Amino acid sequence: MSVLIYIDHSEGNIKKSSLEALSYGAALAKKLNTTAEAILLGTVKEGLDIAGRYGITKVYHAADQAYNNYDAQVLTKALLPTANNAEVIVFAQSALGDAIAPRLAAVLNAGLVSGAVALPETENGFVVKKSVFSGKAFAKVKINSGKKVITLKANSFGVKEREPANAEIINISAASSESKIKTIKIEKIEGEIPLTEAEIVVSGGRGLKGPENWYLITDLAHSLHGAIACSRPVADDGWRPHHEHVGQTGVQIAPNLYIAIGISGAIQHLGGVNRSKTIVVINKDAEAPFFKAADYGIVGDAFEVVPKLIEAVKKLKSEN
Amino acid sequence: MKILVAVSKAPDTTSKVSFKDGDTKFNEDGVQWIINPYDEWYSLVRAVELKEADPQTVIHLVTVGDASNDAILRKALALGGDEAIRINADASDSYNTAAQIAEVAKQGNYDLIFTGKETIDYNAMAVGSMIAGLLDLPYVSAVAKFDLQGNDAIAIHEIEGGEETVQITLPAVISSTKGMAKQRIPNMRGIMAARSKPIKVVEPIASDNLTEIVQYELPPAKESVKLIDANNVEELVRILHEDVKVI
Ligand SMILES: Cc1cc2nc3c(=O)[nH]c(=O)nc-3n(C[C@H](O)[C@H](O)[C@H](O)COP(=O)(O)OP(=O)(O)OC[C@H]3O[C@@H](n4cnc5c(N)ncnc54)[C@H](O)[C@@H]3O)c2cc1C
Ligand SMILES: Nc1ncnc2c1ncn2[C@@H]1O[C@H](COP(=O)(O)O)[C@@H](O)[C@H]1O
Repeated sequence: MSVLIYIDHSEGNIKKSSLEALSYGAALAKKLNTTAEAILLGTVKEGLDIAGRYGITKVYHAADQAYNNYDAQVLTKALLPTANNAEVIVFAQSALGDAIAPRLAAVLNAGLVSGAVALPETENGFVVKKSVFSGKAFAKVKINSGKKVITLKANSFGVKEREPANAEIINISAASSESKIKTIKIEKIEGEIPLTEAEIVVSGGRGLKGPENWYLITDLAHSLHGAIACSRPVADDGWRPHHEHVGQTGVQIAPNLYIAIGISGAIQHLGGVNRSKTIVVINKDAEAPFFKAADYGIVGDAFEVVPKLIEAVKKLKSEN
Repeated sequence: MKILVAVSKAPDTTSKVSFKDGDTKFNEDGVQWIINPYDEWYSLVRAVELKEADPQTVIHLVTVGDASNDAILRKALALGGDEAIRINADASDSYNTAAQIAEVAKQGNYDLIFTGKETIDYNAMAVGSMIAGLLDLPYVSAVAKFDLQGNDAIAIHEIEGGEETVQITLPAVISSTKGMAKQRIPNMRGIMAARSKPIKVVEPIASDNLTEIVQYELPPAKESVKLIDANNVEELVRILHEDVKVI
């Protein structure tokens, strides 16, 4: 029984989070002394043999345009015959992965751990560590069923390329079923890096006073090739779109670098960002609670500090 | 239109998260319990709005858990639910929880089943998707806008880096997130009316707990912050580039 990894894609490209899931699945297969295989439903531009680089031996591919749509009902049915032969099925957490993985688990009667942050421990049963209480704690969850489904939290394992190798591609024709969901339109924010995939995130709070000052956040983000985020009241007041709101009730992120500007650091905000590897806080109030959760801090006025910081980053980038 | 809203009990968002019994149980001392925010502010309030638009609409609430859930059911009834069902079972495993709700849903013949995007304690994002799987219904996750259109529904939901608008053939399962509706506070009339609304307690069907939490952990404590002078931002850039190597 193998480990099967679901490859998620968007606009013809494999998502970075799925490359991470491939790396995780391959490491898990090694631990379980079995093979790592992957499945892709739909069509992508790249050759799927590249999955070999991440330690995958076989990729099952159902190249049907119908599978490019967001429809967990149709995709789960298409996935089922292949998933039946696997012991563990791994997904990256994503809008689609979160919709399919639990459904597949329920249909297979497989135990699910969503939001895994580490490889399973297999010494004493099958135990997976996941994030709970919106990032404020972790739980080790034992899966007691024979079959298991895991969704991996972004940026918790890393994309790991091994030796160059090509995966074998096996074309399958999964029976397609009737769709009850029709896409009417997709709107993407052009040119912005999706928050959950970003390695650097620059985030602004109410301390910026109003949307007209957001150039401070976007300029710094662009100079660092990072994504843009905000605190909840900023989205509530319509200064920024809701999908940029991070925290307990917003997007939860774990970038390598999180820069928080004019954000107080309320517990609900910290819940969504405290898995970031390095946190920098810029706040004019030395008593702001965020400093307790930060690695580096500057006590100062954002309107003075941030323009200088943008200059310093640009200077660094031009020298390197 | 008949709507089922799944509501779960959750610790207030400001609760101190700590554990007991050798870090195997959540320490509930001093914890205030609320309706899981996604279930209340978004699912339930949107269902109530749909009922206001079409008074024929019936809203049933369902929760899986022991009698300590009755308080949140009363509050949900005060907000506008018509009737509540409590399935008297342990809700520690998503599959078991979903299987119990799916059974109630099957018997009630609902046009719409609303869940929250996730519970803020366990963060499984699973129960809605599982119910849909067990009943073979369409499912849309993280819905931020929802409207009915004849026998169909139109929903806008979050995807990576944007949003997608979809048309869904009902019956369907919808998981709600921010944007669906604005928070409401129960008014006196609602609270009075809720007193006489029924909470039906049903016993669970046979099902399995496929998972169990064996240990909790708190994140390692951060070392104290290193402060950098506001007139020396170059030093911050140098540290991030040379020492931490993140830029
Ligand atoms: C159920 C619930 C869920 C919630 N979920 C979330 C969530 O997911 N995400 C979230 O963010 N919040 C959430 N909140 C809200 C949270 O409690 C805080 O209210 C919110 O995070 C505060 O946002 P803020 O830091 O931008 O604003 P404020 O608290 O107003 O802080 C502004 C900060 O800016 C600083 N400042 C002011 N001027 C300047 C300047 N010129 N230069 C530098 N600094 C300056 C101030 O010192 C202050 O620290 C939630 C609340 C509840 C009740
Ligand atoms: N014990 C429960 N009783 C009723 N509904 C629940 C329960 N647990 C979860 N749900 C529903 O499922 C959603 C997702 O929960 P979860 O899968 O635990 O993140 C919640 O927002 C609720 O709508």
